[in-house]
Amino acid sequence: MSEPEQSQCKSLLIFLSDFVDGNLSEELCQEIECHTAECEHCRIVVDTLRKTITLYHECADEPAEISDELRSHLFKTLNLEDYMEK
Amino acid sequence: MDKSKAEISIEALRVGDRREFARLVDAYSGPLYRLALKMLGNATDAEDALQNTFLKAFQHVDQFEGRSSLSTWLYRIASNEALMQLRKRRPETTFSDISVEDDEEQNFDPVQLTDWPSLPEEELLSAEARTTLDHAIEHLPEKLRIVFVLRDIEDLSIQETSQVLGLSETAVKTRLLRARLRLREELSSYYGDRLIKRSKK
Repeated sequence: MSEPEQSQCKSLLIFLSDFVDGNLSEELCQEIECHTAECEHCRIVVDTLRKTITLYHECADEPAEISDELRSHLFKTLNLEDYMEK
Repeated sequence: MDKSKAEISIEALRVGDRREFARLVDAYSGPLYRLALKMLGNATDAEDALQNTFLKAFQHVDQFEGRSSLSTWLYRIASNEALMQLRKRRPETTFSDISVEDDEEQNFDPVQLTDWPSLPEEELLSAEARTTLDHAIEHLPEKLRIVFVLRDIEDLSIQETSQVLGLSETAVKTRLLRARLRLREELSSYYGDRLIKRSKK
């Protein structure tokens, strides 16, 4: 990687979160896309960053539920047992 | 969040309607427990944090002004509860932000450059991989961890995350990027090893 390329890699790094979230201006998106088409290093960083976030999203998509045991304990501690629906 | 959350009546909560409190607990206990578990890393502490969150919500519901959503308000109480428990674990640095200040000095340039997203999905989400994902979150400094959990696990917007934590949106974005880059490094290390093992088979 040449020095000018490295400097561009560094300057694009701060935009990566907004880029993978789709919150970046069209102009900056194009700049990153042009750069990653040429720079394998940054292409990998973008792909692996995007996949990292996707994996956490996939795990979080599973319903967040507490066990029946914890629910009963919670309602008891909060003195709400009389209102616990089955 | 549970679909019943939209039907929770703030007015009923304010006048101490216990049935409505019970509905609030059912609607929010899942996500708030997950937040506590990701922040604290063990079930016992997460259960304590969840219980304290609801106790404080019940005690202070009259102070809820409705400027943010009920969900944001509850996440704020739960986040503070989790951060307070973490501070109790290290009394010698109580109320200091040493880990964050150190963190802000650190270089976040990507180091790991393995091209692992091509691994099959069953490998990416195996039981072992899920444990690695959880451990990677636990290794984040707490102020990066809370931002990542709220934004990328609980799916709050940048604006909602900034309201929960009382931070500017710029600060949230900066911490989020740092958290994500750190996690990318840890996952690249793990999945990179998996790629090598597969290629040797």
